[in-house]
Amino acid sequence: MDGAHDMGGVKGFGPVVPEANEPVFHGEWERRAFALTVAMARPGGWNIDMSRFARENRPPDDYLSKSYFQIWLAGLETLMIERGLVTREEIEAGQVLAPPKPGIKPVAPDEVTPAIRRGGPTERPAPAPALFKDGEIVRMKDIHPTTHTRLPLYVRGHLGTIEMNHGCHVFPDLNALGQGENPQWLYTVRFDGPELWGAGTDPTLSVSVDAWESYLERA
Amino acid sequence: MSGHDHDHHDHHHHHDHDHSELSETELRVRALESILTEKGYVDPSSLDLLIELYEKKIGPRNGIRVVAKAWSDPAYRARLLKDATAAIAELDYSGRQGEHMVVVENTPDQHNMVVCTLCSCYPHPVLGLPPVWYKSAPYRSRAVADPRGVLRDFGVALPEATKIRVWDSTAEIRYLVLPMRPEGTDGWSEEQLAELVTRDSMIGTGLAKQPGEAS
Repeated sequence: MDGAHDMGGVKGFGPVVPEANEPVFHGEWERRAFALTVAMARPGGWNIDMSRFARENRPPDDYLSKSYFQIWLAGLETLMIERGLVTREEIEAGQVLAPPKPGIKPVAPDEVTPAIRRGGPTERPAPAPALFKDGEIVRMKDIHPTTHTRLPLYVRGHLGTIEMNHGCHVFPDLNALGQGENPQWLYTVRFDGPELWGAGTDPTLSVSVDAWESYLERA
Repeated sequence: MSGHDHDHHDHHHHHDHDHSELSETELRVRALESILTEKGYVDPSSLDLLIELYEKKIGPRNGIRVVAKAWSDPAYRARLLKDATAAIAELDYSGRQGEHMVVVENTPDQHNMVVCTLCSCYPHPVLGLPPVWYKSAPYRSRAVADPRGVLRDFGVALPEATKIRVWDSTAEIRYLVLPMRPEGTDGWSEEQLAELVTRDSMIGTGLAKQPGEAS
């Protein structure tokens, strides 16, 4: 989805302002919003691509005016409402108004550390040989999916060089829609600065993205 | 998401949140946690444990150990550059948001910088949760187009001839920068070297500290 989250190259946001001795969380509500989001994923039954889409699929002014963990909170609410785990009325009222969805099991304390240490590897067996080889020039497709994608706007239509092959990985565009993992080859594709940003760009700059095979076409 | 939020945001398109709005968010999170607990979807003790993990165990000190070991042990450095996930797991760091690691090495010829323009992808097992600036619009927008300008914001100036390579983490591969080992550190122990490694030097928005800078 072409949205406000896709920020590469957008002008006018001003300088980067680091915070000295920054804490991990700013305030208790950020701690709880983070932990709730992580702890609800398994009982809620959504995957990482669904949660990314729930965060980014909102009007640009809404996305840009919320702080990072406010976006997480809004994404969590969306995911739970969509699945009937809570109702919008319950969230607005701040209290339980409907019985729980049956069969939901919370993450138990003794499951927390093992689950975080295991993570969620996305590499899968290859369904077919890779189409592209290291060093090959490719063009990023100029496509504009209306649903989740990990193909940033700023590289679409541009020529890059295949630099690494990372194996086959879960394809987020379909995984976000609940249409299965559909693993595809994943490549690091490198672009020269001037190819992305035009003449006059710092010639020492190169940028890469990690791109699934279906984002690429032969140059 | 409430009507009040929208009214407020429509007048202020920026990230400064006043006290009353913060309180509203805080109340909303508190209420949500009690709803989810009452419904039996979450166990508050598990939430406490998750927070403790990310505040106490999973942080840049892990990445600092990786870098210091790579600086002092050439065989480890070679393994780290060849298969970062396995080499990092040797130090017992693994898991969520670090399942597929790649380490990129700074040299006199090339400086590496890591960003996620689409959200906030970051190698948690070695660096912890990302700082606010890493998730912010200024960094996500400018890192890929004007990394030297971003470095200036961090007070870093690289030689003009140094190539800059920006890695946009658009998939589940997570990148860690191996900064250059500072001059004048021959014979230093891993523990001494660790004092020179900063979080920002492992993202590529900073350099390792010089021996005199170590606190």
